Amino acid sequence: MTANGAADVFLLDGEPIPFAPGQTVMQAALAAGHYIPHLCFHHDFKPHGSCKVCTVRVDGATTASCTLPAQAGMSVECKADDLEENRRTLVQMLFVEGNHFCPSCEKSGNCLLQAVAYDLGVLDADLDYFFPSRPLDASHPDLLLDFNRCILCELCVRASAEVDGKHVFALSGRGIGKHLIVNAESGRLVDTTVAVTDKAVDVCPVGVIIRKRVGFAVPIGRRRFDARPVSAQALEDAPRRAPPEAAP
Amino acid sequence: MVDAAPPSPNVARLDAVVAAHGARATELVQILRDAQALDGWLPPATITYLAHRLRLPRARVEGVAGFYAFLHLTPAGRYRVLFSDNVTDRMAGSLDLLDRLCTSLWIERGKVSEDGLVSVDTTSCTGMGDQAPAILVNGRAIPRMTPERVDAVAELIRAQVDLCEWPADLFAVADNVHRRDVLLDAIVAPGDALRAAIARGAREPERAGSARSWREGVPALPQGPAATLEEIKRSNLRGRGGAGFTTGLKWEACRTAPGTTRYVVCNADEGEPGTFKDRVLLARHADLVLEGMTVCAYAIGATQGFVYLRGEYEYLAAPLRATIARRRAANLLGTSILGQRGFDFDVVLHLGAGAYVCGEESALIESLEGKRGVPRNRPPYPVTHGYLQQPTVVNNVETFCAAALIALNGGDWYRGLGTPRSTGTKLLCVSGDCARPGIYEYPFGTTVRQVLADCGAERTQAVQVSGPSGTCIGAAEFGRKLAFEDLPTAGAFMVFDDTRDMFEVARNFAHFFAHESCGFCTPCRVGTTLLRNVMDKIHGMRGSQHDVDRIRRLNRLLQASSHCGLGHTACNPLLDTLKRFRPAYERRLQSLDFEPAFDLDGALARARAMTGRDDASAHLAEVDEDASAVAGRGQP
Ligand SMILES: Cc1cc2nc3c(=O)[nH]c(=O)nc-3n(C[C@H](O)[C@H](O)[C@H](O)COP(=O)(O)O)c2cc1C
Ligand code: SF4
Ligand code: SF4
Repeated sequence: MTANGAADVFLLDGEPIPFAPGQTVMQAALAAGHYIPHLCFHHDFKPHGSCKVCTVRVDGATTASCTLPAQAGMSVECKADDLEENRRTLVQMLFVEGNHFCPSCEKSGNCLLQAVAYDLGVLDADLDYFFPSRPLDASHPDLLLDFNRCILCELCVRASAEVDGKHVFALSGRGIGKHLIVNAESGRLVDTTVAVTDKAVDVCPVGVIIRKRVGFAVPIGRRRFDARPVSAQALEDAPRRAPPEAAP
Repeated sequence: MVDAAPPSPNVARLDAVVAAHGARATELVQILRDAQALDGWLPPATITYLAHRLRLPRARVEGVAGFYAFLHLTPAGRYRVLFSDNVTDRMAGSLDLLDRLCTSLWIERGKVSEDGLVSVDTTSCTGMGDQAPAILVNGRAIPRMTPERVDAVAELIRAQVDLCEWPADLFAVADNVHRRDVLLDAIVAPGDALRAAIARGAREPERAGSARSWREGVPALPQGPAATLEEIKRSNLRGRGGAGFTTGLKWEACRTAPGTTRYVVCNADEGEPGTFKDRVLLARHADLVLEGMTVCAYAIGATQGFVYLRGEYEYLAAPLRATIARRRAANLLGTSILGQRGFDFDVVLHLGAGAYVCGEESALIESLEGKRGVPRNRPPYPVTHGYLQQPTVVNNVETFCAAALIALNGGDWYRGLGTPRSTGTKLLCVSGDCARPGIYEYPFGTTVRQVLADCGAERTQAVQVSGPSGTCIGAAEFGRKLAFEDLPTAGAFMVFDDTRDMFEVARNFAHFFAHESCGFCTPCRVGTTLLRNVMDKIHGMRGSQHDVDRIRRLNRLLQASSHCGLGHTACNPLLDTLKRFRPAYERRLQSLDFEPAFDLDGALARARAMTGRDDASAHLAEVDEDASAVAGRGQP
């Protein structure tokens, strides 16, 4: 709050954005109806800032906006040619790091990676593919894990720990060898306590954690991001908190 | 959720390991190290059992074990031989020696022998640049490898001699100190600096009353801790771990930060390739390091200290623990230190397990807490939210040594050394092409040329200052000064003479960063591997201008969006060598604008071998002019 009781604001590409104490730039921007491209951010979870797609510039320094605490008077630059260029490269990096065959993917049209890529104007991978070998885990009767599409956003890890209270998922390895693991000595999903109703199952932005037998119930072409680009929709997910009330 | 207790083959021994660490989850990395010592690797049942005992999710324990290069989730052999793979090891012939050992043991590099006896592979620089090439056997350092020593090692492994019965001379590490200044010359009896710090408060009035007119008018003179902090600030000491942050300000920020417990952490991770000064300081001046930590604890009011020692220096752990115990017995650690009521401070040693990124202070703290060594989001910084979210000072080994000297001799004395913006002295770790590799202590402001002359370097082409994340300079810049205001350095000083191929130097560093990226953030995780691949492509004579442009574009991205310093600096060696040694790249580049990384005809080689064909129609026909130039590459 400022002295006169008005909400604190910062500037995002010149537009005033109100924020509540403790909000990050991303949280405040989304709540105010402004989209900043992102992949690993989800409004239900504490931001951790690993995908770096939301990188913005403040006072000449670049930083992830999802973890940047909002401060009154700060001027945040989000739409700039170099930042957009970097975002495209980051998305391309995620495509070449895994194995993404969108035309045959159950998630196509509902996939955030694909949607953000289209929105940013990414038309090819540009970089050399890594073609990693990542076997599937089809052990569970109702769920399939296709690790080929994992973008290591840790949303399932966070959801399982924070919401489901289970720790079904975790990350192991390091560097380019970093990978998703499940909480079982056998390494197989069927031996974990996962349930189809878990938040962790729902939260995957790409096509890793897949419900069996319903993949194409809604045909490609009639899915969420087939209708409108993600930038026009992300705001619908975000909690549209009213600008903070004046403190007594 | 905690998993049910499963059967485990090692329960009694694992229980002992867990008990030795108080069953604390924060000790997870230590526990995993000790558990691995039982079998040489961490079998799935061991992970499950430890998770159960520590009340941690199993996946979390596996995830931590999977992060560190020296912890193995698959069998790695009873004898695990790792060749240090810094460029200076290579220059000293490490790859030939590796081949020799593999041949002698009949094994393939990177694979465990069929009988499970031995594996041979490479690892990042092990901190023995002055006695390269070096190896680690089950974590124990063996420097100065020669064909004879390789054969001896092979024989000991074949005969399955227990590591503790190997001849001691194999493990002898030399200090190689060639130039001393105030730090390496200092003779400080244990406790002297502390006594001086404690006495300073009492002495202060006297001093203010002397000729120091500039201090007149200072109302209340600082007592004890505050006076010590004053001296550190007055000395203008800056951190020796690379970033050069002003130590006094860091200590003050920690001292004034709200918190219940304060911590002092000594960063002895020393992972920057070509750096080995902390090894020598901990071997020769362990008391001074601990004295500096205790001075810090006194100044900021900390009660608990940690030394985070890189796993490669495991051999230093026992003597360090002995020094800690001796100081405890002498009341230089423990409660009411030197009889000062309320001055309680103790130090615990933690070992790393093969992760360069754990030298980054927030990743180091995560590791200390028993987690994957992933750098935290900052702010908040460790001075306010460090170990267990409490105020924490992290300083380099050498910084603590300097702090002890300042506590003893005063800030004014120290700021009289070096340059105004870089006070004091700096330990350099000289390695590579020179007659006398080793440790050289100089006042800040010394020129590169001076160091080259002193270490007996001739026909020098380049010097890599401060390691791969530092700066590579050529002969035209040897007049530059080693100081924060010109060439900042954490200590590494790798010398390359005119026979060396600077492209290969950069390629070695690109491999280093790709191997050491923690993988948290996209730009560094994928970018360092892309950089490595580009360098390998150019090395394979398949690079073009397009690839050079790619390096520059990746650099812009990594600079702008990496999460920590590793990603920010990963392109430095490539850009520096491109700028100063461009011909080393150019003679490898295709004249084309673009050349695919994938060699289509090369990919058919296996099919040709299997079918026993090598005729023209078993090769892809090259059609246009440019492409036939590609096919003929490498031919006269
Ligand atoms: C990737 C990376 C590795 C680092 N490794 C070390 C190291 O091995 N030793 C060290 O003292 N500082 C290292 N640092 C710097 C530390 O983060 C930190 O700045 C330093 O320990 C602070 O101590 P000082 O002020 O005494 O230099 C590293 C930083 C980064 C980004
Ligand atoms: S499985 Fe999905 S939610 Fe989990 S880390 Fe991978 S991409 Fe993210
Ligand atoms: S820059 Fe590299 S080392 Fe640092 S957090 Fe990102 S991935 Fe990890």
